[in-house]
Amino acid sequence: MVGGGGMGGGLLENANPLIYERSGERPVTAGEEDEQVPDSIDAREIFDIRQCRARAGTESLFLYFPHLIRSINDPEHPLTLEELNVVEQVRVQVSDPESTVAVAFTPTIPHCSMATLIGLSIKVKLLRSLPQRFKMDVHITPGTHASEHAVNKQLADKERVAAALENTHLLEVVNQCLSARS
Amino acid sequence: MAAAAALEAVAPTGALWGLVHDFVMGQQEGPADQVAADVKSGSYTVLQVVEALGSSLENPEPRTRARGIQLLSQVLLQCQSLLLEKEVVHLILFYENRLKDHHLVIPSVLQGLRALSLCVALPPGLAVSVLKAIFQEVHVQSLPQVDRHTVYSIITNFMQTREEELKGLGADFTFGFIQVMDGEKDPRNLLVAFRIVHDLISRDYSLGPFVEELFEVTSCYFPIDFTPPPNDPHGIQREDLILSLRAVLASTPRFAEFLLPLLIEKVDSEILSAKLDSLQTLNACCAVYGQKELKDFLPSLWASIRREVFQTASERVEADGLAALHSLTACLSRSVLRADAEDLLDSFLSNILQDCRHHLCEPDMKLVWPSAKLLQAAAGASARACDHITSNVLPLLLEQFHKHSQSNQRRTILEMILGFLKLHQKWSYEDKDERPLNGFKDQLCSLVFMALTDPSTQLQLVGIRTLAVLGAQPDLLSSGDLELAVGHLYRLSFLEEDSQSWVAALEASGALAALYPVAFSSHLVPKLAEELCRGELDLAKGDEPTKCSRHLRCLQALSAVSTHPSIVKETLPLLLQHLFQMNKGSMVAGTSEVIAICQSLQQVAEKCQRDPESCWYFHQTAIPCLLALAVQASMPEKEHSVPRKVLLEDEVLAAMVSVIGTATTHLSPDLAAQSVARIVPLFLDGDISFLPENSFPCRFQPFQDGSSGQRRLVALLMAFVCSLPRSVEIPQLNQLMRELVELSCCPSCPSSSTAAAKCFAGLLNKLPAGQQLDEFLQLAVDKVEAGLSPGPCRSQAFTLLLWVTKALVLRYHPLSSCLTHRLMGLLSDPELGPTAADGFSLLMSDCTDVLTRAGHAEVRIMFRQRFFTDNVPALVQGFHAASQDVKPNYLKGLSHVLNRLPKPVLLPELPTLLSLLLEALSCSDCVVQLSTLSCLQPLLLEAPQVMSLHVDTLVSKFLNLSSSPSMAVRIAALQCMHALTRLPTPVLLPYKPQVIRALAKPLDDKKRLVRKEAVSARGEWFLLGSPGS
Repeated sequence: MVGGGGMGGGLLENANPLIYERSGERPVTAGEEDEQVPDSIDAREIFDIRQCRARAGTESLFLYFPHLIRSINDPEHPLTLEELNVVEQVRVQVSDPESTVAVAFTPTIPHCSMATLIGLSIKVKLLRSLPQRFKMDVHITPGTHASEHAVNKQLADKERVAAALENTHLLEVVNQCLSARS
Repeated sequence: MAAAAALEAVAPTGALWGLVHDFVMGQQEGPADQVAADVKSGSYTVLQVVEALGSSLENPEPRTRARGIQLLSQVLLQCQSLLLEKEVVHLILFYENRLKDHHLVIPSVLQGLRALSLCVALPPGLAVSVLKAIFQEVHVQSLPQVDRHTVYSIITNFMQTREEELKGLGADFTFGFIQVMDGEKDPRNLLVAFRIVHDLISRDYSLGPFVEELFEVTSCYFPIDFTPPPNDPHGIQREDLILSLRAVLASTPRFAEFLLPLLIEKVDSEILSAKLDSLQTLNACCAVYGQKELKDFLPSLWASIRREVFQTASERVEADGLAALHSLTACLSRSVLRADAEDLLDSFLSNILQDCRHHLCEPDMKLVWPSAKLLQAAAGASARACDHITSNVLPLLLEQFHKHSQSNQRRTILEMILGFLKLHQKWSYEDKDERPLNGFKDQLCSLVFMALTDPSTQLQLVGIRTLAVLGAQPDLLSSGDLELAVGHLYRLSFLEEDSQSWVAALEASGALAALYPVAFSSHLVPKLAEELCRGELDLAKGDEPTKCSRHLRCLQALSAVSTHPSIVKETLPLLLQHLFQMNKGSMVAGTSEVIAICQSLQQVAEKCQRDPESCWYFHQTAIPCLLALAVQASMPEKEHSVPRKVLLEDEVLAAMVSVIGTATTHLSPDLAAQSVARIVPLFLDGDISFLPENSFPCRFQPFQDGSSGQRRLVALLMAFVCSLPRSVEIPQLNQLMRELVELSCCPSCPSSSTAAAKCFAGLLNKLPAGQQLDEFLQLAVDKVEAGLSPGPCRSQAFTLLLWVTKALVLRYHPLSSCLTHRLMGLLSDPELGPTAADGFSLLMSDCTDVLTRAGHAEVRIMFRQRFFTDNVPALVQGFHAASQDVKPNYLKGLSHVLNRLPKPVLLPELPTLLSLLLEALSCSDCVVQLSTLSCLQPLLLEAPQVMSLHVDTLVSKFLNLSSSPSMAVRIAALQCMHALTRLPTPVLLPYKPQVIRALAKPLDDKKRLVRKEAVSARGEWFLLGSPGS
């Protein structure tokens, strides 16, 4: 599923990408601190869960996510999928009562070779972080990638996802994307 | 007689022979020390030792010779200070000669030479001869590590004492040393060798034609790649080697032509540590280099630094790259130019500008910030560089600001401008006209005002910060600009929607008001005063929420601008006047309004603390006013009108307490004495003469039979007397203390009796040790004991006990342990037990109103640690001995103590308490659970080894608590679940499936904050033992 992982250290697919602003930490409201009030799962929460922070520091990540993390905009803000606008809160649809989640992500360039991997990371993160009752759908924002359908099909196929996660090498890369420790 | 003396001489000599024989032939180590001790005590001379060794020094068997020389060297090492010059000469000749001997002998010979190199009596010329002999005869790098180290020590010793002689050797010495250290591999020796090379260079030894050789022999270690072995007993860190090598490489410009290419090569390498080391070394070199050394390498250096900053993923590389650029520029700016030479600084900066300029025009793209940072790093190096860069960049950025219309792009551009403006603050310009910013002032101002009126908060915020920086430039803004700026700040201070810009505007107003008091008192204060009057009218009419918040903003703005004494003189009367108005019968003032005024007053007081004169002005003006209002309110009245009573509410009193405290702590002792002489009589004797508007319907007697309203005002007395400097004497102290104790146990009103107890404790804490203190203590103890016996005022007596204990614990008073025990005893009291447990929280925490360091109380730094070590064993014992129904009290008390203790202090102690903590996890009290979890969490992070023994208990208890009814406990339990992943993975793996299954439940918790913790904990557990984690 991973294509073109062998880019050298110096060459980047996209050396000077557009940077988007990051939304801050979600402020804690009084309602959230009140023991009695139930808070329903909303798009922002999914968005926060799914922020795969591609932090700098892990050497081997250089190979796989060069265009994400190879350079830093501001020391206080390591680039994340959010800053690259790969994921946006408006592209997250969630319904707590119906137990469904749909996430669309946008690769930085139409030929991004990492699209499947990003999708897989998002999918795995959601699988680990949402209650089992949720049915989840991860796909590429329509019209933003050359092989959109192929990627979507792969991501939707439960068995292929499960098979992919049995590949140690792939699991390693996914885990690195999800690891909060930097 | 002579025979007897001869006999005496023979006897020890005989003993000496025996010792020497034992050492040389018997291969025993002990005799060497014995001989050395005897020589030191004068029993025999070094000559006699040599004589005794005689034959073994000439023995044909090299091992025996080595042994003989070893003994001599060991003796010399201990006794070199006793040697005479003549002896030294002979010994040196002997040892130099022995250097030619068998290789087994060499180590001992070197030891002997090391002893002699320490010798003060060494005649001139011998040092040189020893070194020559070593350079000639010994192949140092084929010796073991210890002996190589000995050679370095000999050289170091001579360099310390015989510098002139060694310099006489000229470049031969340098060459000899190069040969000695060539090929050295041991980190211990390298540290010494680097030190020697550094001294060679810094003490100006002749390097002759060997500069490049000396560079080669040291630079071959760059960049240092050394990882100390685990359990290394020598404790040499990689960092030590890096720093000492860097000191060598960066010590002289003569290395420049060799070093700079090497640094460029290593910056270009792929290894992070090599990049960092090279950039840091370059940074260090710039301190000694000049234009000449850098000239040929500037383009390559710039290219490397630029590439690193543009492309790196590591913040450290970026920071080091910027620092290197900064010092390069500083170095170029520093050099004195010959008239005909080209100014390298200009061409270098032009290069930077050329490469970075165009990125500044793309505020959305990623390279905009790295470019701005590079330019700012260079501009920060010198006034000249700053001028050059800003004169190029500012016009460009100003133009770009107008070209881009989106707020976020404008914000990026303005933020860059702000960065460049801040750099200007570093340089002071003598001549007003030369200031480079003057030319841009009008454009900058209009741009800032544009930003301030933009709808985007983020842009407003940057605009406010820029305004503050512009204002801080001396004589830049004209009075017209200031008037406009004040107008904008006034408008922003009343913005409704977003609190961020409003807070920033207040901060900027405060900073600018300190610089331009006239502008603010003429343009801002009158507007605020007007606003305040309008607020009063509105309030009188009945509130609308928006008006109410406008009123609040106005109060905050008033306190924010009170940063200059002259402004305080206008704002304080306004605020006090307002407070009086609010309490005039006509108005219905709510508690929150009065508190808001008090908070404003307190902020003004805080701002006055820096300036003694304002401080006294505030104290003298505000305190009589507040007291007068409070006394007025406490008067019993027939028609119980509501607004007056507002002042007696607990919250309002607390707000007044903090105003009085803040206004008192920074008073000078003599002024404080003036004030105390009026306030204490007010409370004790009802002397109201100093209060404004002091016509009250009846007497003020809070301690006598006065109403409960009057008694409540003891809190104000407390705020004042407990904030006084310790040296201020309090009049009528004896009577005051007795009244306080009396009131503290009076059962009528809990808040006034607590205030009295606190006041008593606050005064007690500051009293010097002595008879008076003991008397007061006795008084308190008697009262407490009487009160604790069954009766109506047990809880008051307990409060008094608690506060007195706290006062004593803070100052390490001997009686404190006795009182603490009394308190601990109460834990098993059926009635007072739970209160006593909570009391431990008070003992360990910092108060805000009394017994504070700011209020000059005697607070020893380590009191918490001390309390912990003194009392925790007793608490644990008490817990074990206590009956089942009061056990939670002990656990709760213990939790409070543990919770407040600084975590680093707590960690080493926790393992001994671990069993108790595990038991506490099963306690049903939420407070205990929460505090235990918060103790265990850092322990899991810091001491995973200890904790892994209990993994079974921990996993099950944490999972249990993760479904507790209390949200805080659920969160803490999940955080502990998360922290558990720090334990060694093999210990955790058996639990992984169970935990992952169990954590699926809190993923669906009804509270978002709980779900958040569950997500992160479960995510970590998934990663355990997985590839790539």
